[in-house]
Amino acid sequence: MADLALGQNVLNEVNPQLVLGHPTYHSITEQVAGIMEGKTPRRWFLAISFTSSITLMLGAMLTYLLVTGIGAWGNNRPVYWAWDITNFVFWIGIGHAGTLISAILFLFRQKWRTSINRSAEAMTLFAVACAGIFPLFHTGRPWRAYWLFPLPNLDLNLWQNFRSPLIWDVFAVSTYATVSAMFWFVGMVPDLATLRDRAKNKIRQVTFGVLSLGWRGSARHWRHYEMAYLILAGLSTPLVLSVHTIVSFDFATSVIPGWHTTIFPPYFVAGAIFSGFAMVMTLLIIARWTLHLENLITRKHLENMNKIMLATGSIVGYAYATEFFIAWYSGNPYERFTFLNRALGPYAWAYWTMITCNVVTPQLFWFKKLRTSIPVMFTLTIFINIGMWFERFVIIATSLHRDFLPSSWGYFRPTIVDILTLTGTFGLFLTLFLLFARFLPMIAMAEVKAVVSNQNHHAAEGAQ
Amino acid sequence: MSAEFHGLVAEFADDHDLLIAAREARRFGYTKMEAYSPFPVHGIDDALGVPPSRLGWFVLAIGLTGTLAAILLQWWVGAINYPLIIGGKPLFSMEFAIPVTFELTVLFASFAAVVGMFALNGLPRFYHPVFNYSSYAGATDNRFLLVIEAGDPVFEPAEGEELMKTLGAVKTELVEA
Repeated sequence: MADLALGQNVLNEVNPQLVLGHPTYHSITEQVAGIMEGKTPRRWFLAISFTSSITLMLGAMLTYLLVTGIGAWGNNRPVYWAWDITNFVFWIGIGHAGTLISAILFLFRQKWRTSINRSAEAMTLFAVACAGIFPLFHTGRPWRAYWLFPLPNLDLNLWQNFRSPLIWDVFAVSTYATVSAMFWFVGMVPDLATLRDRAKNKIRQVTFGVLSLGWRGSARHWRHYEMAYLILAGLSTPLVLSVHTIVSFDFATSVIPGWHTTIFPPYFVAGAIFSGFAMVMTLLIIARWTLHLENLITRKHLENMNKIMLATGSIVGYAYATEFFIAWYSGNPYERFTFLNRALGPYAWAYWTMITCNVVTPQLFWFKKLRTSIPVMFTLTIFINIGMWFERFVIIATSLHRDFLPSSWGYFRPTIVDILTLTGTFGLFLTLFLLFARFLPMIAMAEVKAVVSNQNHHAAEGAQ
Repeated sequence: MSAEFHGLVAEFADDHDLLIAAREARRFGYTKMEAYSPFPVHGIDDALGVPPSRLGWFVLAIGLTGTLAAILLQWWVGAINYPLIIGGKPLFSMEFAIPVTFELTVLFASFAAVVGMFALNGLPRFYHPVFNYSSYAGATDNRFLLVIEAGDPVFEPAEGEELMKTLGAVKTELVEA
């Protein structure tokens, strides 16, 4: 009879191991905790001095905006929502990948998520923080931001209009930020306890002692913990879908041609995941390389992420095509004009940048050679990041700049303050990420150990 | 057994050994046991006889409170306290109330899950007798501890120690309360 048993190398090719090099539990602790316990590398200082300078510039731009007024931005008739809302939607979308990895992949029992979920969740928080800046400052008087919440107060003496999608957005984004932060913290408690027990100096002992809340890792702890984690994953999954759905309602419930479409919620959610994965990949490839995490974040992880980008990128491309088809099929002349104007009008350069980056680029991931090559995927993720920013810009600016009355047409140009504010949020995002990578465990040690245990005991069964 | 000891700690080098030891110890007649591990060990609850978590019911109750609170808020604010006709839309209807209702349900339920989990675990609690174990740090790194608590009716230190040694414990120690 033919030998039907598969060799280990064939099996590895079909289903590669998620953690390479047969680490012990202790070596995982050493590797992950070692990143934050060792001497601060010189290049970390170089990197953070660069990114924090950019963050300072963000502060300067926002101060200038507050002192001068919203006119410092390029928003003007007829494009009142422009650069800032583009950035808001862009950053919120980036955040969605973190929740997808931590919650949705958890529910689907995708064990490969364990090496990347911590950093992806951190990225979610930082991206949401960057996103929040834009609507907050677009209000013009951010010190009155509490007016957005239904708090009884004497200076306003009014309630919010719950029929408006903008108030839905306030609830969605603030819930999202809160739940993501809790999910991230709960996931980190066992690792913080590990760091507490390893701490050599007083400061670390006290800091991690307090942060870990006295976690003991007892069976009774884990029982409630796993239940809480499962519930949070179950709650975050519809939450993340609802957030971008509600963001898309800001547009879809209006009557502007190019915005007033029912395809927006699923299309925005797919786009958000697409862009977020690209950002996670960009950061992970750098972190994996600089912190020597190749054994924990393997090529298999990166390849899986590329496959998700291929899927969501194809959904996004399909949505672009559907929008065009419906514009034609609706028979509505304004709708038809808006879409022709997008592709051939004054913003055609932005439209075709978007198409190149978002529709053409991800299709390269069909080829195994390309989706497993690190330089290729790094380049492609940068393209996708750019393309997805342009998608939001195209949707927002092209729909507004030419609507029903040609007499009120215009052309939006960003001011230097617009451009430097966007650049500044990248500085803030990267600074927060660098601080995270230096001071908190970047990889969920407890979860990776559970994967290793699974891997070891499966191997033991196979050997018998 | 006197109360000056918290219990007997037996340390294992592998999660599989812990699981087998917990099963055997339970078969031996111990009832007051606790296991400590750096990651959740699959099957340990059954081995120790720990009932499943009931956190879900608490989360459901608080989540539904959130649902109700959101509906009441939007109805009272829009239709009772400050009725204002905007765009000819009704003062209250479930359709436009859904997004905020959903978000508040999730928010309340998530808080319930997190606060409930810590409360059921008795956390924050910065002192616990098990921390007196001389190499407790292993329990959050690569070691698996099985503790037979002093309050166990059939517990005898010498006997327990011998049982744990035969089950593969790499170290045993009586820990002060």
